[in-house]
Amino acid sequence: MINFLKYKWLYILISSIVIGIGLFSIIKWGYSYSIDFVGGTNLQYLLDKDVKLNKVKETLSQESIEIIDLSKKGKVISIRTKAISDKKEQEVKKSLEKNLSVKINVLRSETVGPTLGKETVRKTIIASFLAVIGILIYMSFAFKNFNFAIAAIIAMFHDFLVVIGVYSLISHFFHAQVDIMLVTALLTTMSFSIHDTIVIFDKIREYKKYEGKNDAQYYANKALTETMVRSINNSMTIVFMLLALILLGGSTIRFFIIALLIGTLTGTYSSPFVATPILVWFEKRKKK
Amino acid sequence: MKILKIIIPCLLFLLIVWIDLPENLKVFNTTINPPSIDKQIGKYRIKKEFTTKLGLDLKGGSHLVFETDISKVKKEDLQDALESARNIIEQRVNFYGVSEPVVQTLKSGDKYRISVDLPGIDNVSDAIKLIGQTAELTFKEEATSQAKIATSEPIFARLTKETDLSGRHIKKASVTFDSNTGSPQVALNFTNKGAELFAVITKRNINKPVGIFIDNFLISAPTVQQEILEGDAVITGSFTVDEAKKLAIAINSGALPLPIKLIEQKNIGPTLGAEEVRKSVYAGLIGLIMVLLFMIAFYGKFGIIAAMALVIYGLITFAIFRIIPVVLTLPGIAGFILSIGMAVDSNILIFERIKEELRKGKEFNIAVMLGFGRAIDAIKDANITTLVVAFILFNPLNWEFLPQFGMIRGFALTLAIGVTTSLFTGIVITRRLIDIFLKK
Repeated sequence: MINFLKYKWLYILISSIVIGIGLFSIIKWGYSYSIDFVGGTNLQYLLDKDVKLNKVKETLSQESIEIIDLSKKGKVISIRTKAISDKKEQEVKKSLEKNLSVKINVLRSETVGPTLGKETVRKTIIASFLAVIGILIYMSFAFKNFNFAIAAIIAMFHDFLVVIGVYSLISHFFHAQVDIMLVTALLTTMSFSIHDTIVIFDKIREYKKYEGKNDAQYYANKALTETMVRSINNSMTIVFMLLALILLGGSTIRFFIIALLIGTLTGTYSSPFVATPILVWFEKRKKK
Repeated sequence: MKILKIIIPCLLFLLIVWIDLPENLKVFNTTINPPSIDKQIGKYRIKKEFTTKLGLDLKGGSHLVFETDISKVKKEDLQDALESARNIIEQRVNFYGVSEPVVQTLKSGDKYRISVDLPGIDNVSDAIKLIGQTAELTFKEEATSQAKIATSEPIFARLTKETDLSGRHIKKASVTFDSNTGSPQVALNFTNKGAELFAVITKRNINKPVGIFIDNFLISAPTVQQEILEGDAVITGSFTVDEAKKLAIAINSGALPLPIKLIEQKNIGPTLGAEEVRKSVYAGLIGLIMVLLFMIAFYGKFGIIAAMALVIYGLITFAIFRIIPVVLTLPGIAGFILSIGMAVDSNILIFERIKEELRKGKEFNIAVMLGFGRAIDAIKDANITTLVVAFILFNPLNWEFLPQFGMIRGFALTLAIGVTTSLFTGIVITRRLIDIFLKK
């Protein structure tokens, strides 16, 4: 048996550092929101002569336009960007005309509203809270003990913070955006986290029943030793899957998969090293 | 009996494989397709094709653009009106049964438009009709103060006096059937305020007709028999079931605050790009093979059982996706991948428990039995908790304060299907396979 719980200060330190850096990044740099949230602008220009797409790109970045999609068909170029004002659009058109020495005929210019309205986000948050309450109720029944439920929820919240924090760093350094897919990744992480925690708690519940006289720390350590192989094997299988998708999959879903990967790692980490120490702490406090 | 125990699962398995078959598969010069049903039973036509439905992001669909008529809306209310029109349209499309449309507002110069992207559906023109309907419900009565208009005039010309009662006062509209004739009708259930208004209107119009208008078009003009206090009314008319259903959807989602008109309709490709999708499917397969190899390397003959159980799991889940049918989008596939993870986990849990029992020196058959018994508690609790989450996110009762549509629901649906199936394969199939192949 390995005394995993002896190192609880180390786990607190690791979690604090990761979450701390994440929160720092959120406060300092925030996020860049995708057109799912902020809407975008579609432009279609007819040019009077053929130009190189690279040149268009250059000019657009000079104007600090965030390009989402840029394509060319003969003399027609189509630009999709994050929402820009009419005035900005005029400036872009002028500088394109100047830099490329062409004349532009505007075929289409429209502003697209967000697909993910405030209302959807609000409702998703309410649903998540309800889900937490549902988990609390079910786990309190299944484990006949409220402490198990609370500890699992705290670990889930820990994982949530890790993912949004690390994603903010990725958002800052690699220009990942907050979009519909991140919301999905967060929900996935939260489900996975609870699932993983329950497996370990099940073992603790079992030892508690058979060896209840010993203290919480003892049977928690025993359960962790027994389940460690399965925890690692289980997340290995998911990590394999996600790594294959990151390395070989398409680029548009890459950040989504990376978010899922972070979620899987923290979800696996938090079950033995966050949820279990908290549970043991609760159980010890109860005894006093 | 014993032979039945083998034959029935085999037949079921073949049926599942048949449903899962790719379309137009060519084997030795013959083309095989997944099954399809097209039968007429009495009045009802059962038509079912087992094909994969892909969402907008993976396959594309129809792109519709509606122009709004903003002439009657005050400038300061414009943004609200557009936003609410967008939400109403999204609701209508969803209640119509199209999952995960993308509805956006567009501004082009001083024109305001609403674009609706629908994943591949059979009947686009039906959807257009439903979306485009303003669905402004009004009730009118005969003008009494005016000199009696000759009763020979057509009824809609006589019903000119507007009442205060409108679609805003409807709590719920639903399709019902006339108990005498069996023809479909739309039942209206008024709010408290609506019931009051309706009682007043019916009271002063006993033995006179009251007209029910949709978008200023007379739908029905029943003659009032007595004062109606219960706050219920029905719209009869020569509806088909389908028309009645659409009318109920339109009334339920509320009237559009501004009239809209279709100006553009075209087919669009997948937002993710075919190349992206192909690459990701390829990567997913490689990942899956790696998972299987890992299981076999680590758990030996148990790993082979797990690999078989996992393949069966995948086939069953995919068949369910086709049967329901589930429109697959990227969030949906995320839910599916998560459930694969959980299915693998069930197997790992069972094997670890069996190994544990073996280490204690138990005989193989007994170790398998005990191991299963022990693992099932964990599998059950972990999966039921996930189902609770999926249930709330899916919002089956359509509560207004929860997500009523969109990708969150797609995610929840595939997750729920995946987890339920994995409970079944984990407990039943893995067990069966061990019994067949490993039992001594």
